[in-house]
Amino acid sequence: MTEAPVRLGARYAMPSRWKVARLADAWEESPSARTLVLEVPGWPGHMAGQHVDLKLTAPDGYTAERSYSIGGAATRSSLPDDATPAGDPAPSASAVGQDGGGPDGTGVTRVELTVQRVAGGEVSSYLTDGFSVGDTIEMRGPIGGWFVWSPERDAGTPVLLAAGGSGLVPLMAMLRTRRDVGDRTPFRLVYSVRRPEDRLYVDDLARLAAAQDGLDVQVLYTRSTPLGSMRGPGRLERRDLAAWGWPAELDPACFVCGPTGFVEAVAKQLVSLGHDPARVKTERFGPASD
Amino acid sequence: MSSLTPGFHGRPRPQGVALPPGQYVETGFPVLSAGPTPRVDTSTWQLEVTTETGATRSWSWADLMRLPQDEPTVDIHCVTRWSKFGTTWRGVSLDTLLAEVESTADFAMVGSYGGYTTNVPVADLLGGKAWIVHTFDGAPLHPVHGGPARMIVPHLYFWKSAKWVNSITLMPMDKQGFWERLGYHDLGDPWREQRYQGD
Repeated sequence: MTEAPVRLGARYAMPSRWKVARLADAWEESPSARTLVLEVPGWPGHMAGQHVDLKLTAPDGYTAERSYSIGGAATRSSLPDDATPAGDPAPSASAVGQDGGGPDGTGVTRVELTVQRVAGGEVSSYLTDGFSVGDTIEMRGPIGGWFVWSPERDAGTPVLLAAGGSGLVPLMAMLRTRRDVGDRTPFRLVYSVRRPEDRLYVDDLARLAAAQDGLDVQVLYTRSTPLGSMRGPGRLERRDLAAWGWPAELDPACFVCGPTGFVEAVAKQLVSLGHDPARVKTERFGPASD
Repeated sequence: MSSLTPGFHGRPRPQGVALPPGQYVETGFPVLSAGPTPRVDTSTWQLEVTTETGATRSWSWADLMRLPQDEPTVDIHCVTRWSKFGTTWRGVSLDTLLAEVESTADFAMVGSYGGYTTNVPVADLLGGKAWIVHTFDGAPLHPVHGGPARMIVPHLYFWKSAKWVNSITLMPMDKQGFWERLGYHDLGDPWREQRYQGD
C-alpha cells in the first residue's frame, strides 16, 4: 500500500497557490445536486479522481474551505516527466492543451464539479443556490494522487467502481476519461442511490453504457425503485457486489466512494469476497457528520 | 489576501473557541481513511518501536494495559477542515512508551496495520503531546476510528494520528509517509495551516 502509489503520487505536483475561478456555466444535475463549470486561468490539468479546494470569503473576512471532486474527464492525460517537487506552484508544462485543447475538447482551463446540496450546509448551499454564473471563487488544486485512475498507468486491469450517492462524481471522471481516450479497459460501475430521481449524470451515463465497449452499469436503489425493477429497494449488499462486481481472482482495481457508512460496508464486503485490501481504494464524503 | 465571495456570509462564527484557520466546528466524528478498515484482534496486537540502530522493543496488548494510563481531553483538527473540541481519550503517553528507548533520531515514521504510514518529528511525540489510545469517550475505540489502538498527536492535523498503529520507526533523517508523499505537509501544523507541501 505504500510503495507503488507513493512514487506515482509524488509526481502529482500540488499547486498550493489559490487561484480565482469564475463560474462559466451551471446546471441542475438532479433535484439535489448542481454541476458547476469553473474557468480558471493557468489550471494545470487534472487526473480522474482528483479534487479541488474551494474557499469562500465573507465580508468580515471569515473564510470557509471545502473539497469537491472533479466530475469532468481528465485534462492531464499523462504524468509529467519533469516532475516538479510536490508543492511547487508552477503549472506543469506537460499538461495537455493548456489553452483549450483538452481531450474532451472543452479546454483544460475548465473544471467541472458537481455539488450535492446538504441540508444546512454552509458552503454547499451557497454553491447550489447562491453562486451565479459570472461570480468568482477561490480555488486550488488539483489535489489527491491516491484515488486516481489513469489510462496510461492502469489500462487493461479490470476496474470496479462502487458509488454511493454523490460518490459517483470522481468515478464519473474516470468513466469520462476512459471514453475520451478510447480506452477499452473492462469497467463495472455499481451505483447505489436512494431514488431514481436522485441519480446524477443520467443522460451521460446512459450514453456511456450504450457504447457497449466494456462498461457495465448497474444502478441499485435504497429507498424506491423504478417500475419494473427486478431488485427491491435496499442497501448494497455483499451479494450485489458478487453479482455485479468482478471476481476477486481477476485482481481488479476497486474504487469505492460515498458516505462513510456506504464506504465502510462496501470495503468490508469486498474484502470478505476475497479482494486484497490493498486493491480497494476508498474516498468518503458527503455530510461530515455521516 | 482572500477575494470576497459575493453573497456569502457563512455560519455564525463560533464564540469562545480557538479554531485554526480554514476549519469549522464538527460535533460528530467523521471517518476518513484510504482503504478498508483493518480488523485487529487485541490477542495478536503489538506495537514495535525500532531505533536507528535497528534495536527493537515491542509491547503486547497486555503490556500496554499495564503501563500508566493518561486521560487526555484534546481538540482535534482534520485537514478536511473539521475540528472537534474536547475529545476524551484513554491511553499511554509516548513519553511513557519511549522513556527507555535509546535514540538520537529526530524523526519518526508511524506505521499501521493495513500499511498506512505517517512521518512525525520526535519532538512532536514527546512532552505530553502524543498518546497511544484505546478508549474514546469512555468506550473501546471502534475499528473505524482506529481501534483497537491508534496514536493521537492532537496538535497536528489528524492524519498524523495514525489509526491501527503498530510500529514507530525512529529515523535520523525525515522520510515521507503515505499522505505526505502524495503532497500533504511533513509537519501539518493546523495553526499555520500546513495542509500541503509548500504551505
